[in-house]
Amino acid sequence: MIEVKSLTKRFGNKTAVDDVSFTVEKGEILGFLGPNAAGKSTTMRMITGFIPPTAGTAVIGGNDIRTAAIAARRLIGYLPENAPVYPDMTVTAYLDFCAQIRGFSGQERKARIEETIEKCFLRDVRHQAIATLSKGFRQRVCFAQSILHDPPCLILDEPTDGLDPNQKHEVRQMIRRMSADKAIILSTHILEEMETVCDRAIIIARGRIVADDTPARLKTRSAVHGAVSLTLKKGDPDNFIARVKTLPGVAGAQILSREGDNWRARVFPEANDAPILQRILSTLSEGEAETSAIFVEQGRLDEVFRSITT
Amino acid sequence: MKANNSLSNIHAIMKREMAGYFGSPVAYVFLVIFLMLVGFFTFYISNFFEMGQADLQGFFQWHPWIFLFLIPAVAMRLWAEERRMGTIELLLTFPITIWEVILGKFLAGWLFIGVGLALTFPMVITVGYLGNPDLGAIFCSYLGSLLMAGAFLSVGAMTSSLTRSQVVAFIIAIVICLFFILAGFAPVTNVLSGWAPAWLVNMVSKMSFLSHFMSIQRGVLDLRDAVYYLSVIFFMLFVNGVVILNRRTS
Ligand SMILES: Nc1ncnc2c1ncn2[C@@H]1O[C@H](COP(=O)(O)OP(=O)(O)OP(=O)(O)O)[C@@H](O)[C@H]1O
Ligand SMILES: [Mg+2]
Repeated sequence: MIEVKSLTKRFGNKTAVDDVSFTVEKGEILGFLGPNAAGKSTTMRMITGFIPPTAGTAVIGGNDIRTAAIAARRLIGYLPENAPVYPDMTVTAYLDFCAQIRGFSGQERKARIEETIEKCFLRDVRHQAIATLSKGFRQRVCFAQSILHDPPCLILDEPTDGLDPNQKHEVRQMIRRMSADKAIILSTHILEEMETVCDRAIIIARGRIVADDTPARLKTRSAVHGAVSLTLKKGDPDNFIARVKTLPGVAGAQILSREGDNWRARVFPEANDAPILQRILSTLSEGEAETSAIFVEQGRLDEVFRSITT
Repeated sequence: MKANNSLSNIHAIMKREMAGYFGSPVAYVFLVIFLMLVGFFTFYISNFFEMGQADLQGFFQWHPWIFLFLIPAVAMRLWAEERRMGTIELLLTFPITIWEVILGKFLAGWLFIGVGLALTFPMVITVGYLGNPDLGAIFCSYLGSLLMAGAFLSVGAMTSSLTRSQVVAFIIAIVICLFFILAGFAPVTNVLSGWAPAWLVNMVSKMSFLSHFMSIQRGVLDLRDAVYYLSVIFFMLFVNGVVILNRRTS
């Protein structure tokens, strides 16, 4: 549905986006991650046709943004960063304007507007001037604009930015519900959001794609992935570590913290699938320490993110 | 049901801009100032009543000078606001062409000025009461004035696309419009004719909003004058489009 081919953008001699390529199919939600100034918004702006690429192109549902810009834009719903909306209009008037631009008229236009107002929980503020809305509501109005015409491609630049936790949850649910028949790209700085919403994540740093994988597989790149973490009481920590280190399949072990009688330890396997948990358990049963918690680490996205973007 | 045509797009943009004008008190302030200025110049400076003439030359002759300050004020928000608020990003990613947006915005401003001009109708009633004016001539002058207003407006729209600051857009527009006015002003052409070749003097004064308004204010709308103003509008809106296409961000 969305094919991005070698998109490149240079501002002066600074390369903001460098040879970025990927495709998003219908039914897929692609998360766009990266540190500030990585080039996420610039990529989205090129796909939506706001700024022309220095090189490369994007093809939306068969329409090249360079040669069939209008046809391509018709298929896109776009929520820009910071959700720009006209402050002097009321919510309904604004959506009416967008619906007319999107080519709806008469009854259908009214129906679209009503439907969108319901979907985005804007009913209470529908006759209020946008200037008087809170930031979160403005964000919702702009989001409403992007889904008004039920586009096959949705491009959302930080869609939950500025929303309260309930609304964040609602918007994520809505994005997931809509995803069945849409190709969706969303950028976010919230790793947990990426994990719950996206089927696939692209991490971009300094304009280049540095990772393109599912969130679950990204996590396996974490150094702690597969490690066994334990919270214990009493016993002899140093002795425990020494013994655990001799177990087959264990690459290393360390004490994370000690507080009085309580201490925490982590045991790293040689390979992700090494069966070390059972051996650790039997080691524990031989000692006098009391186990209060034990679990296998899934890996931490923030750690993966940091290690591949710096 | 889908009416994906240019007219509908232009209409949508126009409607939004009109709502922008009339949704703010500035619009009404503008109209009041315009009417007050027109009245002041016509009655106090032109001595409308003492002239004893049943025509509106004393009224129309001030239009270029009033437009010089008021129309850049009407035009300045057209694009600068979009840039400042970031809404230009959505506007330019909608499935409409840049020319539809430019035309929609321009027509909205023109319509607004047209409303202002229409509100001067008591002038016509006054001369009708005083004598037996040539209504056809008055109509021609109105039409010519509207055309000239369009030329002023297109300059303002163009300068508005250059910057995110309305004030900067306003000042640049005034400077350019002043040039267009002065190019045909007698003192300037006299100075020029002292040393410049005749063809240059001629060309410069042909560029002028004023010289093309001379016959219009007497009630004669020459096709050449109309074509002149329309070409200025066309040219300025074209530059407007080129500017937007080349400077979308910032
Ligand atoms: N119009 C512009 N002129 C010059 N440089 C620009 C322009 N727009 C963006 N840049 C630069 O391009 C780089 C990428 O910016 P971009 O907005 O795409 O980052 P981002 O990944 O969206 O960051 P954030 O997470 O902060 O939103 C930045 O270094 C920015 O300064
Ligand atoms: Mg961004």
